[in-house]
Amino acid sequence: MTVVADPDSVPAEIIEKPRRRQKRAGDERAKASWLVRAMVLLIVVMWTLPTLGLLVNSFRTSAESSSTGWWTSLFNPLSTEWTLDNYANVLTSGGLFEALINSLIVTIPATVIPITLAAFAAYGFAWLRFKGRSLLFGIIVALLVVPLQLSLVPLLQIYQGAGLTGSFVGIWLAHTGFGLPLAVFLLYGFISLLPKDLFESAYIDGATPFTAFTRLVLPLSVPALASFAIFQFLWVWNDFLVALVFLGTSSDVAVLTIELASIVGSRGEAYHLLTAAAFVSMLIPLIVFVSLQRYFVRGLLAGSVKG
Amino acid sequence: MAEAMTSNQTGFKVLRALVVAAITFVILWLGLRFLSNPVAFQNFPPTVSKLIQALIAVVLGVVGIWALFYAGNTILEALPSRATEILRPYLFVLPAVAVVGLYLIYPTVDTVATSFTEVPEDAGPFFNYQEAFTNPDVLTALRNNFIWLLVAPLVSVVIGLIFAGLVDRVRLESLAKSFVFMPLAISFVGAAVIWKFVYAWKPAGQPQIGLLNAFWMWAGGFLVDWGWIEQVEPIPWLQIPFWTTFPLIGIMIWLQVGFAMVVLSAAIKGVPTELTEAARIDGATERQIFFKITVPSIWGALLTVYTTIAIAVLKVFDIVFVTTGGNLDTSVVAVRMYQEMFRYRNFGQATTMAVILLVAVIPIMVVNIRNLRRQGVGA
Repeated sequence: MTVVADPDSVPAEIIEKPRRRQKRAGDERAKASWLVRAMVLLIVVMWTLPTLGLLVNSFRTSAESSSTGWWTSLFNPLSTEWTLDNYANVLTSGGLFEALINSLIVTIPATVIPITLAAFAAYGFAWLRFKGRSLLFGIIVALLVVPLQLSLVPLLQIYQGAGLTGSFVGIWLAHTGFGLPLAVFLLYGFISLLPKDLFESAYIDGATPFTAFTRLVLPLSVPALASFAIFQFLWVWNDFLVALVFLGTSSDVAVLTIELASIVGSRGEAYHLLTAAAFVSMLIPLIVFVSLQRYFVRGLLAGSVKG
Repeated sequence: MAEAMTSNQTGFKVLRALVVAAITFVILWLGLRFLSNPVAFQNFPPTVSKLIQALIAVVLGVVGIWALFYAGNTILEALPSRATEILRPYLFVLPAVAVVGLYLIYPTVDTVATSFTEVPEDAGPFFNYQEAFTNPDVLTALRNNFIWLLVAPLVSVVIGLIFAGLVDRVRLESLAKSFVFMPLAISFVGAAVIWKFVYAWKPAGQPQIGLLNAFWMWAGGFLVDWGWIEQVEPIPWLQIPFWTTFPLIGIMIWLQVGFAMVVLSAAIKGVPTELTEAARIDGATERQIFFKITVPSIWGALLTVYTTIAIAVLKVFDIVFVTTGGNLDTSVVAVRMYQEMFRYRNFGQATTMAVILLVAVIPIMVVNIRNLRRQGVGA
């Protein structure tokens, strides 16, 4: 929903963005004063140190972690007793290994299902004519900002009646429902701008809309699909509230955020364990994020309001 | 002859459609039954059974959704061609519309209705709202949400704007941006743990293990030396009634600045070079250019970033729930709602909390729909 810089260019942001200022940027960079550099550095340090402290402390022993600051180990790396025990501890007896698998079970289908539904719907809204088209699309877009809290009580009642609480299918569908408006909106912005001739020639060759969709639209929409996939993956992986309400805290289904929060509750002062557990929960999103940052930024620029 | 062949083909198409659909449904149904049956996995060691379960679940979820569409299309194309043409758009659109209807539209309507109907027998429809607005705990939560809303979006946007403006002019721009951007990949719960560690408190006399108190003791030492303060004590950042809200807001700001920065940075790069060049030739300073030309030209982006963060802030739950649990006068509406749902089982109050959030979001929703209309998207 946030369309930046140029309001008419949702898909242009998703597609390649020309770097029109690159040439001039060089001249200007020479002019950056030491004050500018110092302020940039200060903000970068403030935004990095908390995470760095978490990482460093997760490799320190319980005794050192509770008696000295993590930076003392960073300044004296040789006299510090580095250890992997905290990770072994949280992964086995802390239950984080099972939670890691549960997070994967929840996140992968809860990313693929909404993308699939949204891609079909976006294609339908963009290229097929039917009654109620603009009304339905308008409703979906309006739902972009409705807080998901509005859904919790009625859905919980339905889920309890249908025995869906604590089931993976239940949470896949819940995340699908909550992610769909953004997915439809993002993918519509992209798919509606595909060239019309493309479909006409496909139909002349005897393709049905279904094959045109699977053979043409999907492969061409990979950048937009990837943007939303990363978005949804991070959102589901990092979600706490939906998992807490619909999946619960029993160890056979609890996801990483739930287990991490329960360790905060039970071992709130054991920072050697807390930091290791937090890092386990952050590892996969950080990898996804670092390797696919470009797609993620495109998704952010194309739309970023979520209910 | 030709007629026979056509009817044969039609018969074959119908048969094939039915078989495909039947197989899809049976496999999905069996798979889901199997998945929800813990006994099925008992013969394996726990880790192995967990991995098998994961594999089945992921394959079922991912392949299942495609199989359903494929089966739907097979049935559709077996219908008489007129029916196929009329129904086809709905194959594409209806699944998404149905899910949105079930998960967002129906519950929203039901939530609003419940907040008026789930009342004691002799009470009027506004009972829940009267209860809410006379309950000191709810009023505290509302006040705190208001503080969050005042502080978090504004500070995030200002820091994001300053950083986006400055980073545009230094070397290693994209690296610097990555560092500030990184918290966006971290969950609210993870961020809460990161900052709980930064805010950690040890009694005076012991070495501080929290970054903020260590810094405070170090900086406070100078203040004492200069005679500005009497003595310096470590501050229990997360244990001060009411004031603890502000360290919590700090966590939110840390998470949101990266988002603001990326969007605003892209907007800044979209400002026409001619404008800034002309101003520079006319002798404007970099600061004048930034505040007189750049900021006004990216006003739309600033507004969208602000409203996006405002919506996120209104719904804030995880940060408060994990750090203070809403105690110490730090509760917010979403935490209050969770407690009404699960601690008190009071769905009337819980839905009332949700409606309060909806009412708070509506102005933002109106702005967004107007914005979309202007762009000619949708209706």
